[in-house]
Amino acid sequence: MAIEVRIPTILRSYTGGAKVVEGAGDTLGDLLADLDSRHAGLKARLVTETGALHRFVNVYVNDEDVRFLGALDAKLNDGDSVTILPAVAGGAFGFAAAAAIAQHSAAAGATRSARGASVAAR
Amino acid sequence: MLSIDRSIVDAIVAHARRDHPDEACGVVAGPAGSDTPARHIPMDNAARSMTFYEFDSMEQLRVWREMDDRDEEPVVIYHSHTATEAYPSRTDISFAGEPNAHYLLVSTREPETEEIRSFRIVDGVVTEEPVRILEPGVDPHAVQSYMFGQSPATVDYECSGR
Repeated sequence: MAIEVRIPTILRSYTGGAKVVEGAGDTLGDLLADLDSRHAGLKARLVTETGALHRFVNVYVNDEDVRFLGALDAKLNDGDSVTILPAVAGGAFGFAAAAAIAQHSAAAGATRSARGASVAAR
Repeated sequence: MLSIDRSIVDAIVAHARRDHPDEACGVVAGPAGSDTPARHIPMDNAARSMTFYEFDSMEQLRVWREMDDRDEEPVVIYHSHTATEAYPSRTDISFAGEPNAHYLLVSTREPETEEIRSFRIVDGVVTEEPVRILEPGVDPHAVQSYMFGQSPATVDYECSGR
């Protein structure tokens, strides 16, 4: 069962520079395992340690984003075309900043309830 | 160094101003291997946020396929920061997935000042590069380079030695 897989520039170091490779599998997870047997390291760039599809990539089966098809459980058929693209995202609000704000508001919440408690005590 | 036509820079800044205070994002495609940004493609910010941007995955598939069909590549990937400086955040760095692209940042924090900076982001390493804006009808060899977000409106032409 041959499935055509389009590889983005950033991952072509795993495919010897090839833009398109072929693989096999009944699901996207199977396909990635099959590809990884010939292009070692590719799967780790697409799947997290906890076994979920990485947020930094978009994977499509034909014209559909696999996030809407069951992600790694997405069913594949002979002749399907899989496209991998780097997700394009970012913005001013870094993860670190988000964490700091969350901590800050948690601390502010704690201060507020402490103040509430002291008012109630009076 | 990023060399880019004045008309494309103006279109990017106009897009960023139009979407302010939300972040704006897009691509400038160019012939593969040319390093020449030629075709401006404003993209939707699927996050519609003041602090985050994300290409719509289906729009991205369409645009990336179109570039492939035309033998183009994303020469510039741009987005705006609307309250902070035009410098890549940690989020920007962790997502940067096009090693050949110039990552262009526009800050719209000052309504009157154009703040544009360009970066290469490869394997998590950020390198700022000069932006050469090609003015129409001007000898390209005579064009000045701007760095650190300076634009003609804000360059201090006074001699130093004060």
